[in-house]
Amino acid sequence: MEIKHGAMAGTLESSDIMVTVLPSSDGIQIDLTSSVEQYYGDSIRETITKTLEELGVSSARVEAVDHGALDCTIQARLTTAVRRAAKEEVAK
Amino acid sequence: MRKLCENLRTAMEKAGLQSGMTISFHHHLRNGDYVLNMVLEAAAEMGLRDLTVNASSVFDCHAPLVDHIKNGVVTGLEANYISAAVGKAISEGVLAKPVIFRSHGTRPSDIMTGRSHIDVAFVAAPTSDTMGNCSGKYGPSACGSLGYAFADAQCADKVVIVTDNLVDYPLTDASITENYVDFVVKVDAIGDPRGIVSGTTRMPKDPIALKIADYAAQAIDASGLLKEGFSFQTGAGGASLAVADYVKRIMLERKIQGSFALGGITGYMVDMLEAGCFKAIQDVQCFDLRAVQSIRENSKHMEITAAQYASPTAKSTAASNLDVVVLGATQIDTDFNVNVHTDSNGYIIGGSGGHTDVAEEAKLTVIVAPLSRARMSIVVDKVLTVSTLGKSVDLLVTQYGIAVNPGRPELAEALKAAHLPVKDIRDLRKMAVEINGPANPSIHLTDRVVGNVLGRNSQIQDVIYAVK
Repeated sequence: MEIKHGAMAGTLESSDIMVTVLPSSDGIQIDLTSSVEQYYGDSIRETITKTLEELGVSSARVEAVDHGALDCTIQARLTTAVRRAAKEEVAK
Repeated sequence: MRKLCENLRTAMEKAGLQSGMTISFHHHLRNGDYVLNMVLEAAAEMGLRDLTVNASSVFDCHAPLVDHIKNGVVTGLEANYISAAVGKAISEGVLAKPVIFRSHGTRPSDIMTGRSHIDVAFVAAPTSDTMGNCSGKYGPSACGSLGYAFADAQCADKVVIVTDNLVDYPLTDASITENYVDFVVKVDAIGDPRGIVSGTTRMPKDPIALKIADYAAQAIDASGLLKEGFSFQTGAGGASLAVADYVKRIMLERKIQGSFALGGITGYMVDMLEAGCFKAIQDVQCFDLRAVQSIRENSKHMEITAAQYASPTAKSTAASNLDVVVLGATQIDTDFNVNVHTDSNGYIIGGSGGHTDVAEEAKLTVIVAPLSRARMSIVVDKVLTVSTLGKSVDLLVTQYGIAVNPGRPELAEALKAAHLPVKDIRDLRKMAVEINGPANPSIHLTDRVVGNVLGRNSQIQDVIYAVK
């Protein structure tokens, strides 16, 4: 999928992750802030990378603010953000 | 004898406060307290250094304490509870000397046995007369019980009462009395009422908390202790409060009248007293306005001192007469040790308060906690800090089942007979790992000690390390 514009999914609630996906010309960049960085930081980055791969996204900038989301939540929020970002923008 | 001083600084000078001394504070004004900051500001102005602050608890409103530590006015800290703002600075190593953590019972015990000496005690008093007869029940900054301040007033070399509601002598319903008091100071305000007590204590609606509370109440019932003469303590937070609601329903339905409710008291315990669930409340600290009103107006709602609450060296205590206590945990390990001092990243975010005391004394100690909070397992292999020893804990109640301490096989049988979901605590641990995913086990702590956690025997039970 091609990231056409910026899009978000998720919230800043506990146990959730807020994901912003932005277009990029330079492959995948992940910017993660997590309350559980020490315990799950590497695992969250791995989940994000793998999910982008499965969605066929080869260039994107992902900004994620995590408050202890489970893997399934991370996948769901990221997938939603990517699908929103890949949609043609509706003319205003 | 004239005790009234024109300002705080005069009182401090008259009390002979000097560099290197230990000063003490109580925390009934909670996150609205002005007095600790006021005293330290005056001490800094007087050019004092190297003071040790012995406070029953330190709240976020005491953040200016960190600056007084940085500039050398304060070089020692002793408390039963330190909330996150000051806790973070301590964890990052701002204080050269380790903090001494005690429990609410061990603090008055150490003060009264002379193990912990106080040079000057500052008692924030919502009402005082000119001779220092004082009370927490009256005045614009009313906080109810003054339980934690008694040992300080009785044992400190000098005692200064700080009040914003000075009344004529004698105050007839005084808690701390003039025979202990050296000086009295009137200030504009001792605290911010919004931070002192919350308006109402709300019952949680979170379905996980309610499920845990339902299991916990059924487990208490199955233990056989919930009968005529029952005594009970529960916290003010989330699931603990909901347990009280379920216990109340059982008591009213079966017309059981208990003996007393204990602890930090919320309006909810007052409701139970008024509904006839208990004959009395023993109150060391009021959490909300309804509790303050009740202790002022209802003779069955009694103020107790911290020593009377839970001192390990007292001849008997309210805690030693307690049947059931419901407590929380930030972590509990597979040996049932509980951490309430540090968060999962190793930062100081609290302390024992009365946790360690009542857990050891009560006939049945119930820990209520969700299996995980924001992906962090509450049930762990080993707690970061041992606040309360596993041998004091009987039950862990989670939304996925109840773990019984293997030292209480008869309790496990009673719960199984009541068809409650009894689980091995190691299986709850496994379940948490399955849900959250395996965590990186190494967290960033140094080998520098920033806190010594004393047990109820006043010896070091565990240490807290600085974070990186």
